[in-house]
Amino acid sequence: MDFVQLDHLPLGQPAIVRAIDWTAMPEREGHRLRSLGLEEGVAIEALHKGILFWKDPIAVRVGRMTIALRRKVAASILCEMAA
Amino acid sequence: MLPLVALVGNPNAGKSALFNALTGARQKIANYPGVTVERKSGRTTLPDGRPVELLDLPGAYSLDPDSLDEAVTRDVVLGRFSGQRRPDALVVVVDAGNLDNHLRFAIELIGQGLPVVIALNMIDLAQRDGLELDAAILARELGVPVIETVAVRKRGLDDLLESLRDALNSPRNGEVDRRHIGVEGYEQDSSASPRQEMPHVPLHDLTDGPSPRSGEDLRKRAHQLARMAVVRETQVRQWTRRLDSVLLHPAGGVLFLLALLFVMFQAVYAWSEAPIGWIEGGFALLTDLINASLADGLFRSFLTDGVIAGVGSVVVFLPQILILFLFILLLEASGYMTRAAFVMDRMMAAVGLSGHSFIPLLSSFACAIPGIMATRSIMDQKERLATILIAPLMTCSARLPVYTLIIGAFIPARRIGPGVGLQGLVLFVLYIAGIVGAMLAALVIQRFVTQSRGSSFLIEMPRYQLPRVRDIVLGLWQRAWVFLRRAGTIIFVATIVLWALLSFPKVPVGSEQSQVEYSVAGRIADGLEPLVRPIGFNHDIALAIIPAMAAREVAVSALGTVYAIDAEDEEQAAMSLGPQLTADWSLATALAFLAWFIFAPQCISTIAVTRRETNGWKWPAFMVGYLFALAYAAAGITYWTATAFGL
Repeated sequence: MDFVQLDHLPLGQPAIVRAIDWTAMPEREGHRLRSLGLEEGVAIEALHKGILFWKDPIAVRVGRMTIALRRKVAASILCEMAA
Repeated sequence: MLPLVALVGNPNAGKSALFNALTGARQKIANYPGVTVERKSGRTTLPDGRPVELLDLPGAYSLDPDSLDEAVTRDVVLGRFSGQRRPDALVVVVDAGNLDNHLRFAIELIGQGLPVVIALNMIDLAQRDGLELDAAILARELGVPVIETVAVRKRGLDDLLESLRDALNSPRNGEVDRRHIGVEGYEQDSSASPRQEMPHVPLHDLTDGPSPRSGEDLRKRAHQLARMAVVRETQVRQWTRRLDSVLLHPAGGVLFLLALLFVMFQAVYAWSEAPIGWIEGGFALLTDLINASLADGLFRSFLTDGVIAGVGSVVVFLPQILILFLFILLLEASGYMTRAAFVMDRMMAAVGLSGHSFIPLLSSFACAIPGIMATRSIMDQKERLATILIAPLMTCSARLPVYTLIIGAFIPARRIGPGVGLQGLVLFVLYIAGIVGAMLAALVIQRFVTQSRGSSFLIEMPRYQLPRVRDIVLGLWQRAWVFLRRAGTIIFVATIVLWALLSFPKVPVGSEQSQVEYSVAGRIADGLEPLVRPIGFNHDIALAIIPAMAAREVAVSALGTVYAIDAEDEEQAAMSLGPQLTADWSLATALAFLAWFIFAPQCISTIAVTRRETNGWKWPAFMVGYLFALAYAAAGITYWTATAFGL
């Protein structure tokens, strides 16, 4: 079982969100993250990484939705890579 | 009173398309009382012939709001928005391809006790993506009718209206069968005290809704229901992913956006030439007609020098505004706008903003008013404020008449390279100066004024869709109408007041003074002149920038009126404004005038909308202050530099 932070999840690698450090982000941002369906237990896949040399923000598939978030927030999301 | 039905749903559920399909072009756009959240309403007819009023509520993810828009939705649904009666029924719009996320809000809404009909929208797109759904299972589990719809093709509308009729005929009056909702202990949100003064609620105080506990239950139930409703799911290669791999490519995405913006601004100029000619021709014809049929006198001067010269010079750039809005509407409807935000986010972060600010700022190139109103979607209130404060620095279309006039009169139409003209280059520099000024202002504002600790970027990226001609045309028509109404009211009044100030009192026959200098306006300008003399402004400019407080473009019509009234004979009056300015102004003065308009906050509507969006006079006062200071400094530096070079 391989665990990795979302900002380091390889593109196209299916994974499950295992833990989110809600304290690492402002309350409002955590709230919006939940609204967008990103929470413990959901299937996730990194689709695109950033612009030019920054590799920030990243686009991820959550369920049947695509959402964009910054690496800083992604770093507090722990994923387990599916086999 | 007509039954009131509200359309509610997540952003990107296709709610507006459904609203357009149900109401057609007969829509009323206004604001909710006390807040600048757009209120769209219209009428539709039930199968039994009864008319109902439809209300298109702002998209929201839950009744626990993140933004002002969402707070309005919550308060209207809960019936505690003063000045807006509670809907008699809800049409909850959910994206069939995104049930997991959208059903959560639907379940929450059903729990509020109003009769509900669910529109399972964009069912065709879901099928295209390999999803096969069973609406009957959903209807059974939720205990409300579920109708499959494709709003953009008008599919399912009759069924939807039929269910709506039944729902309105047998209101359940707040009695909700909790078994259907399947959320134990989930309370209707009646515990919250009725808050009538919603418009004055500070923006940070948006969160009072269902407790997180019930939120978690909702999510679980939504997930369970979504799984039950999906009959079959096959993986198909999605269009959206293929397009995104190009449009969000680390390098290709940036190039595409730059190319798109280039085409957009080119189009604003190239496509507008012909229609502008028609409008000008029309007004010229009207002037001739009036000159031919009315005797020379005060009334004729009022019509031609006042009304036509003033309003005409503003209406003339309606084509440019519409072209810019056409692009913005297309980008929004196709789903590309959030990709543009994605591409721009990192660069915006460098000055303390985020991709969220990009969309309002892009709109501000057409007009700062819709731009400032679009900031409502920005979650972070500090970033939202900073974006509002810098939005007037984007070169809006109202500056174009000023820029075009001065550039045409003072900058030679010389080629300075293959395909690059000097005039175009100057215009480009003016745009860039506005952008650079805005970025620096954002940096300073976020650091010292809002003291933001960093922006955030978190956004849903909808699937790509072909925009529907109908929706785009409707959107354009609504924008055009708002603009013409503005030209017909604020600008019309400003023009007439200016004409009167310039025409009275009449200069005595045989006096040395000109009519302009003798008039009331001339005397006001006398007082202002010493203030602006150091930055190279002459009496005419002092005169023109007073009425231009109403709107920047009025500066052009003001100069037009000044010179038309001052013309000593027909020949001079016939001379167009440009050459007259060339004869009267130095190049240094002209350049200083351009620099002034990059920054000067001369637009009553922008100031008014800022006051409303920030709930007070503090921030509009700050905005006007810092922008005038910048304008004065920029014009001064330009003038002194130019004179030092002997221009």
